[in-house]
Amino acid sequence: MTVTVNTGEPDKVDNAAPPSGKARGTAASRDGKVGDVAVNVFSHAVLVGWSVLVLVPFLWALVASTKTSREIFGSPWSLPDSVQWSNFASAWDKGVGDYLLNSIVVVTGGVILTMLLGSMTAYVLARYEFRGNRLIYYLFAGGMMFPVFLAIVPLFFVVQSLGMLSTYHGLILVYVAYSLPFTVFFMHAFFRTLPTSVAEAAMIDGASHTRVFFQVMLPMAKPGLLSIGIFNVLGQWNQFVLPSFLSSEKPVLAQGIASLLASQRYEGDWGALFAALTVAMVPVVVVYLVFYRQVQGGLTGGTLK
Amino acid sequence: MKHGQARFIVGFLAFPLLLYVVFVISPFIQAFHYALTDWTGVSSEFNYVGLQNFQNLMQDPLFLTAIKNNAVLLIGLPLVTIMLALFFAFLLNVGGSAGGAGVQGIRGNGFYKLAFFLPQVLSVPVIAVIWAVIFNPTADGMANSVLGRVGLGSSGWLADPNLALYSVLWVLIWGSVGFYLVLFNAAMTAIPRDIFEAALIDGAGRFTTFFNVTMPLLWDTIQTSWVYLAILALDVYALVAVMTAGPGGPDNSTQVIALQIAQNGFQFGRAGYASAMGVVLFFITLVIALIMLRVTRRERIEY
Repeated sequence: MTVTVNTGEPDKVDNAAPPSGKARGTAASRDGKVGDVAVNVFSHAVLVGWSVLVLVPFLWALVASTKTSREIFGSPWSLPDSVQWSNFASAWDKGVGDYLLNSIVVVTGGVILTMLLGSMTAYVLARYEFRGNRLIYYLFAGGMMFPVFLAIVPLFFVVQSLGMLSTYHGLILVYVAYSLPFTVFFMHAFFRTLPTSVAEAAMIDGASHTRVFFQVMLPMAKPGLLSIGIFNVLGQWNQFVLPSFLSSEKPVLAQGIASLLASQRYEGDWGALFAALTVAMVPVVVVYLVFYRQVQGGLTGGTLK
Repeated sequence: MKHGQARFIVGFLAFPLLLYVVFVISPFIQAFHYALTDWTGVSSEFNYVGLQNFQNLMQDPLFLTAIKNNAVLLIGLPLVTIMLALFFAFLLNVGGSAGGAGVQGIRGNGFYKLAFFLPQVLSVPVIAVIWAVIFNPTADGMANSVLGRVGLGSSGWLADPNLALYSVLWVLIWGSVGFYLVLFNAAMTAIPRDIFEAALIDGAGRFTTFFNVTMPLLWDTIQTSWVYLAILALDVYALVAVMTAGPGGPDNSTQVIALQIAQNGFQFGRAGYASAMGVVLFFITLVIALIMLRVTRRERIEY
């Protein structure tokens, strides 16, 4: 399986149908003409129906961020009488600014370190023969299948004993450790597909192993790095389980949303909650819309292998 | 040269491997160790109690409820998600209007994939908040107002002990379908077109082609998906923790294993007991993955 997944390909299949197929197929397609239209209309109806089911909740949440709490629950389907930008101000007062900062710091550090260490590990495992190579590879690859909840209690005490609870560096290192399995697995497959000749030429010219990696191999691996990089940005930005146990005093945005929901059950400032939700959603949706081919390819590519 | 290579390998692997061993491998191994102790997690002392924790687990009504609820998710999530995703992939690939029989992509194919996949990129708390509000149990709640419009009565959703788990299941399915649609679609794209042309020449219609040609060729992907969805169903935590009353309620109707581990390990001071639950979860996951891979194994078709 290649790492990039080509979408939109099926359209081409029909165009290539040989003339003989058309000729032999006329009997079937004559009585199928009406059926074709029916199938087409039915298909669109079902697919549009599911699109509505998926998109409306998100659009609704965006609109709700500009409504009063009374409007959100009293008339959920109408637009606000006047746009309540103050929701965003009160969300900020409830700590959303801090949550946002924590998320940005941890994800920036986490992704950069994950990409660096992940591609170094994957490169060495993919390109060098040595004893223990397979063992280390399976150690990483196996990490993709373990349930996190088996480790969560001991992990808490490991992080505690290192004095890293609720710290940026503690959370970053844990994020990196739990992102390594998929990153190594994915980049390992990618480095295997790259030609060896360029690296060999560079070695003959006297470049060191380290230099070949940083100046020759990494630039060649850019498409793979982009896919897995976006995957890690989304994955670490959305991480909830790890920080909710390891960083209770420095909550990231996903935790902040959860605790805001809990407190609105008695405070009742739902407009602020949806403003916070919008702050969490919009950057992710923008990244998704810009890079959606890489996102879909990156997320599904590893599974298909 | 040879020496430089060894140094290079060690230099590149040392730090990532250290990080991975400290934060991933060692906690996994420690869990098996703590599972045999009465460790509270608070004091530094503990006694070995053998398999006592596991015996207690088998008589813990809350844990058994959690297992039962996970079992419902374990059956419902893969079954419904895969059926819906396959159905949508089928419509995307054969729902086109022009031309003869065979494989015809539908117009707007790219838009549908873009839309369906969206829940996959958003964090679980975001999704949980939105659905908690949609499932507002009053008549003005969004789900209830839509159902009321078409003449169905209103429900309690997450507030109804008989419905809460199925409401959670629905949100899981809703969030997963897009991912598996894209996955199945990508796998269909990888099937060489001459196979479809051959089916077309033999006079196969779009339904015959899908069920007799496409589906068997997708079997590997469906099987992998089943295992991934099973793991997802066993690991459910964030949705329940954020969305349900309690969490785990009402009346423990949405208790799951992960929630029990979190509560015992971090609130009730029973770290050893929680670790034993983790070990049980691990073996359930392992057994189910093995069973799924064996039972559903078929002749692999190479192309």
